[in-house]
Amino acid sequence: MNFKEKAKAIRRSTIETIGSLGVGHIGGSLSIVDVLVVLYYKHMNIDPANPKMPGRDRLIISKGHSGPALYAVLADKGYFDKSWLLTLNRPHTSLPSHCDMNLTPGVDMTTGSLGQGFSCAVGVAKASKIVKDHAIIYTIIGDGESQEGQIWEAGMFAGNAKLNNLIAFTDNNHAQIDGFTADINCVDPLSKKWKAFGWNVIEISDGNDPDQIDTAIIKAKTSRSKPTMIILNTIKGKGVSFIEKAGYANHNMPLSQDQVAMALKELE
Amino acid sequence: MMYETMEMRQVFANELDKAMAKNKRICLIDADLCKANGRASLDAKYPKRAFNVGVAEANMISIAAGMSSYGMIPFVATFTPFATRRVCDQVAISCLYAQQNVKIIGSDPGLTAEYNGGTHMSVEDIGVIRSIPNIVIFEPVDNTQLVKAFPQILKYVGTMYIRMFRKVPTPVFKDNYHFDMFSADIIETGKDVTIIASGIMVSAALEASKILKKANINAEIINAHTIKPIDINTILASVQKTKAVVTCENHNIIGGLYSAVAEALSANDPFPMEAIGIKDRFGQVGKLNFLLPEYEMTPEDIVKAVIKVLDRKR
Repeated sequence: MNFKEKAKAIRRSTIETIGSLGVGHIGGSLSIVDVLVVLYYKHMNIDPANPKMPGRDRLIISKGHSGPALYAVLADKGYFDKSWLLTLNRPHTSLPSHCDMNLTPGVDMTTGSLGQGFSCAVGVAKASKIVKDHAIIYTIIGDGESQEGQIWEAGMFAGNAKLNNLIAFTDNNHAQIDGFTADINCVDPLSKKWKAFGWNVIEISDGNDPDQIDTAIIKAKTSRSKPTMIILNTIKGKGVSFIEKAGYANHNMPLSQDQVAMALKELE
Repeated sequence: MMYETMEMRQVFANELDKAMAKNKRICLIDADLCKANGRASLDAKYPKRAFNVGVAEANMISIAAGMSSYGMIPFVATFTPFATRRVCDQVAISCLYAQQNVKIIGSDPGLTAEYNGGTHMSVEDIGVIRSIPNIVIFEPVDNTQLVKAFPQILKYVGTMYIRMFRKVPTPVFKDNYHFDMFSADIIETGKDVTIIASGIMVSAALEASKILKKANINAEIINAHTIKPIDINTILASVQKTKAVVTCENHNIIGGLYSAVAEALSANDPFPMEAIGIKDRFGQVGKLNFLLPEYEMTPEDIVKAVIKVLDRKR
C-alpha cells in the first residue's frame, strides 16, 4: 500500500464530498486523513461486507465533526457506494456531518458532543476486555476537544484500568473554532499530561506522515499494561495550501466550485 | 413479607446480583456511591463487570454507552441529581441519541435526600430528562413492585431512568400483584376524583383516601410508576369517569408527573387538575417528617387539594 497516494485520493474524495454541499468541517477532516489511511488500509481487523463483525477492531472518532474524512475512507473500502458521498447533510442522508453509528455502515459510535466519544471508547475497550475477544479499540480526539473535562475523566480511568487494548490519537492541529488553541485555552504539554495519567505516550513530529504513524501504532500494540496516546502534530486543512492558509477559519468553511477545482488540482 | 423490612437499595442489589449471575452481559458501574447504595459486595463478586469510575458521573454514563454498543447491559448508579441534571448531555447523546441500552439508577429522589439537603435534593430530575426523546422513566413505589419490574427492566432494550427510593419503603403492593412497565396501576377504585401518584406519594395518597372516605368522597388511586411514557389510556378512562384530578409527586410540579398528566389530558379530554408536589422551590436539609409538611405534601394537603378540585368540577 502506498499510503501517500491513498491519502491523496481520500483527500480528493473529502474535498468532493464537502464541495458538493459547499460548506463543511474541512480543516479537521483533512488533518486526520493520514491516520485513517494507516488504520483502515493496514492495521484494523475489519470486514466491510460485515460491518458489525463481532470481535472486529473499532475506531471511534470522538471529534465527530471529522465525519467527512471517515466517509471517504469507508466508501473507498466498500462499506457503501461512493455515490452516497454526495448526499452529505442532505435531507434523510446516511452521512451527517457528525458520525452516527445508526446511520452509517462502518461507524462504530455516535459522536459529536465533544468528550463523550472518548469515554465511549474507554467503555468499548473495557467491554472487549470482559469478553476477551482481543480487539483493538482506536479513538481520535482533538486538541481543542482536550479542553473538555470528560477527556481527563476518561483518561484517568483508562490509565488506572490498564486498558492496553486502547490506542488513542490526539489530532493536535493547534486550532479550534474561535482561534488557535494556544490562544484560547492552551492544552500543552500534552505528552506530560498523558504520561501523568498513566498512559504510554508516543509523540510524532509530523502527524501527517503515514510512516511515522505506522511505526507508532506498531509500537503501541506492544504495550502490556497501559493505554497508548499517540500525539499527532498535524496541520489543520492539510494538503491544500489555501485551506491550510485559512488557519483556524478552516474549521467549518465554505468551498466554492472554483476552490474545489483548485484543491483537486493540487491533490492530483 | 421480608420485603417489608428491607431497604430498597438492598432489594435492588439482590435482584442485580441474581441477574448478573445468570447473564454475563450485565455490568454495573458506580461513581463512588457503591457503598452508600449497598452494592459493594457486587464489586467484589464480579470484579470485571462491576467497577467504580470514581467521582466522574459524565464519564460513567458514556462508558456505559460504549459498553452497550458492545452488547453489554450496563447499569449505572448514583444519586438522582448526578444521574440526570449533571449528565444531561451524556444521557441525551451517548445513550438516547446513539440508541444504547443503559439502565440509569438514581437514588434518593426529591425530598428523600433528607440531610444531604438542597444540593442533593433533585426537584428537577424528571423534568430535566423527560424531554429527551425515547427515554423511559420508572419510579418504583415499593420493594414488591421493584422485584416484579426487574425482569422487564432487563428485557427492555433502550435507555431507562429508574428513580429509586433508597431506604425501607412503605409496602403498597401484594405478592400477587401483576406489574406491567407501561401500564399504570389502579390501586383503589372510586368515582369522585382521580388521584394519580408516584413514588413515596402513593402511600400518602392512600392515607388521604382514608380521610376522604369519612367525608363520603371516593377517590380512585392510580400509581403512575412509569412517568414516561405516561399511560394515558388508564388515566383517561379514570378521569372521564371522575372528572377531576389531583397529581401527587415528590418532584417539582413543573416538568414531572403533573406536567406529564396535564400534557396528556389536554391533548385528549382536559378536566380540572390540582398538583401536590414541590412548588418550584429548591430543597433544604431535614427529615421527611419536617420536609413533607414544609412542602405541603402530606395526606392532609392532598385532602385539601381534592376539596379544591371538587369545587372546580364542571
